[in-house]
Amino acid sequence: MSSATDFTLAIENLTVSFDGFKAVDDLNLYIDKNELHVVIGPNGAGKTTVLDLICGKTKATSGSIKFLNKELTHLAEHEIVRSGVGRKFQTPSIYENLTVLENLEVSYPHGRGVFGSLLFKRTQKVIDKIQSVAREIMLEDFLETEAGLLSHGQKQWLEIGMLLIQDPQLLMLDEPVAGMSVKEREQTAELLNRISQGRSVLVIEHDMEFVERIADKVTVLHQGKILAAGDMHKVQQDPSVIEVYLGH
Amino acid sequence: MSFIYQKLMGGKSGLTGFIILAALILVVFPLFLDLFRLNLVGKYLTYAFAAVSLVLLWGYGGTLSLGQGIFFGLGGYGMAMFLKLEASSPENTAIQSTPGIPDFMDWNQLTALPWFWEPFNSFTFTLLAILILPAVFAYIIGVAMFKRRVGGVYFAIITQVIAVILTILIVGQQGYTGGINGITDLRTLNGWDITSNSAKYIFYFVNCILLLTVILVSRYILTSKFGSLLLAIRDKEDRVRFSGYDVSNFKIFIFCFAALISAIGGAMFTLQVGFMSPSFVGIVPSIEMVIFAAVGGRMSLIGAVYGTLLINFGKTAFSESFPELWLFLMGGLFISVVMFFPNGLAGLWQEHSPKLTSKLVLLKTFFIKKDKSAERESLAEEIA
Repeated sequence: MSSATDFTLAIENLTVSFDGFKAVDDLNLYIDKNELHVVIGPNGAGKTTVLDLICGKTKATSGSIKFLNKELTHLAEHEIVRSGVGRKFQTPSIYENLTVLENLEVSYPHGRGVFGSLLFKRTQKVIDKIQSVAREIMLEDFLETEAGLLSHGQKQWLEIGMLLIQDPQLLMLDEPVAGMSVKEREQTAELLNRISQGRSVLVIEHDMEFVERIADKVTVLHQGKILAAGDMHKVQQDPSVIEVYLGH
Repeated sequence: MSFIYQKLMGGKSGLTGFIILAALILVVFPLFLDLFRLNLVGKYLTYAFAAVSLVLLWGYGGTLSLGQGIFFGLGGYGMAMFLKLEASSPENTAIQSTPGIPDFMDWNQLTALPWFWEPFNSFTFTLLAILILPAVFAYIIGVAMFKRRVGGVYFAIITQVIAVILTILIVGQQGYTGGINGITDLRTLNGWDITSNSAKYIFYFVNCILLLTVILVSRYILTSKFGSLLLAIRDKEDRVRFSGYDVSNFKIFIFCFAALISAIGGAMFTLQVGFMSPSFVGIVPSIEMVIFAAVGGRMSLIGAVYGTLLINFGKTAFSESFPELWLFLMGGLFISVVMFFPNGLAGLWQEHSPKLTSKLVLLKTFFIKKDKSAERESLAEEIA
C-alpha cells in the first residue's frame, strides 16, 4: 500500500468502526527513531483505541500500521510483541502474587514457548539483566517483595520494567503517571527521558505539565481524528485545541 | 541434588509434605488396613490422579474442567478393553454363538470383533493408547477452545457437555462398549490373575508410586517458568499475551497433561477394581473430582490427595449407614469448604501449622519456667 519509510512507526489511513461508530477515523501518525511522542485529547478521543490497534488488541477496519516497515495489522498479539512493540496498560497490570523478580523473569524474552518455559533456567545472565532493569526502574531493593505490596507508583514502574526487559524498539505507555504523587511524577519523567534513548516511545497522558516535561512531539486527538500536531508550545497556542479543551 | 530438592520437592515444606504422604500411603495404610480396605484406598487413590490434574488445570491454570471424567474414563476403558479381550479367549467363550469376542458383543448379535478393538490385543499398544489417546483428545478440544479464547464458565460447560456425550455414546453403543454395565468380568493380565491377593497388593503399590511420580513431575512444572506463567495467565491473561506469549499454547499443554494424568488414574482404577463403566465418565464423577480438589485445596498437589481420601472415606462411612443422605452431605461439605476454607485442607494446614509450632514452643518455655521456679522454691527451702 504505502512505500518504505525511515519511521519506526508509520500509521496510515487507519480506521476502526464499532457498529458504525468510528472510534479512529482515517488517522495518519508517524513516529521517528528516538522520538518521545505524546498523544493527548479529551475523553473518548480514541487515544487508547490507537494503542489497542497498534498492539493488535483491536483489529483495524482499514488502513495500515507499519512498524520498521513491517505490517502489523494481520499479526497476532504475541507476534507484534516479539517484533519489538511493548505496551503498558492504563491500570497497572502486573502479577500481584509473584515477586518483583519473578514479574521481571516472566517477562524476560526467552523461553517463550511451552517447552522453552519448562526448560528455562535462571542463569547469571538473566539475573544480571533483571538487576539492571530493576535499578533503572528504582526497584532494586524490592526484588523479593511480592508485587501486590508495592505502592501504586512502584507498580507502574514495575510494568514499565517488564517492558524494558524485552528491549522493545517501540514502547507504548497508557497514562503512566495517573494516580502518582508529585515526586513520583518527577521520577517517572526522568525515567522516561532515560529510556527513550535508542528507542521510540509513544505516551498517552492527561497531565499537561508532565507532557510538557517529556514530549518531543505532541499530537492532539479529537473524535478519532488529529486536531493538531507539533511541539507542545505550538499545540497549546492552537485555537482549535483551546476550543476543544475549554469550549465544552 | 539441589535440582531435586528445589524443583521436584519444592523446598523444605514441600519435602516434608511429600514424605508424610509417601509414608502414609506406602507404609501406614498397608500395615494397618486389611486387604479389602487397602483395595478401597487404592481405588480412592486412582481418583487422586484426577484431583491432582485439577490442581494444575484449575488451581494454577484458572481453567475449570468439569470433564476430567472423560479422560479418567478413556484411560480406564483402554485398560478394560485389553483385559476383556484377554478374558474372551475362544476357550473361555466357547458357549457363545461367536466364540472369541467379548460376551456383551455376542449378546448384541455382533459376529466379529470391531476394527477399533483389534489393536487392544497388544499390551504395548494399550499402554501407549492410555497415555496418548486422552492427551490427543484433550489437544483437539484444547485447540478448538483456547485458540478461539473460549474460557471460564463456557469452557466448564463445554467439557461437561462432552462428558455427557461420551456417556450417552458408551451407553447407546452397547454392542461396542458394553453399554450401561460397562466392561466387566476382567480376569487376567498377560495370564496373571488380577483378582488374586498378591496382584491387589502389587497394583496398590504401583498405583502409589505412579501417583507420587505424577506429583513430582507436576511439582517440576509448577516450579519452572511455565508454572509462574500459569499463575500469571490466571491473574492477568492480557499482560502475558502482550509480553509476547501465545497464551493458548500454555493452556492447551496443561489441559493435555491433566488429561494424561487422569487417564493413568483411570487405567489403575480398572486394574484394581476389575471393571469399568460409564458411571465413572459422566457428570457426577467429573464434579466429584472437582470437589476432591477443592476440599484438599486447589493450590496444593498433596492436598488434593488428602481431599480425595477424606471425601471417599466419608462417602464409604456415611453411605454404609445413611445412604440417602450422603449426596446432601457432600454438597454441604463442598459449599462450606468453598465459603469458609477457600484454600481447603492445605489452607487450614498452612494457616495452623506455624501457630501449632509456636504453641509448642510456648508450652516448652512454660515448662522450663516452671522447672526453674520449682528449683527456686527448693533453693529457698534449703536456705530457710
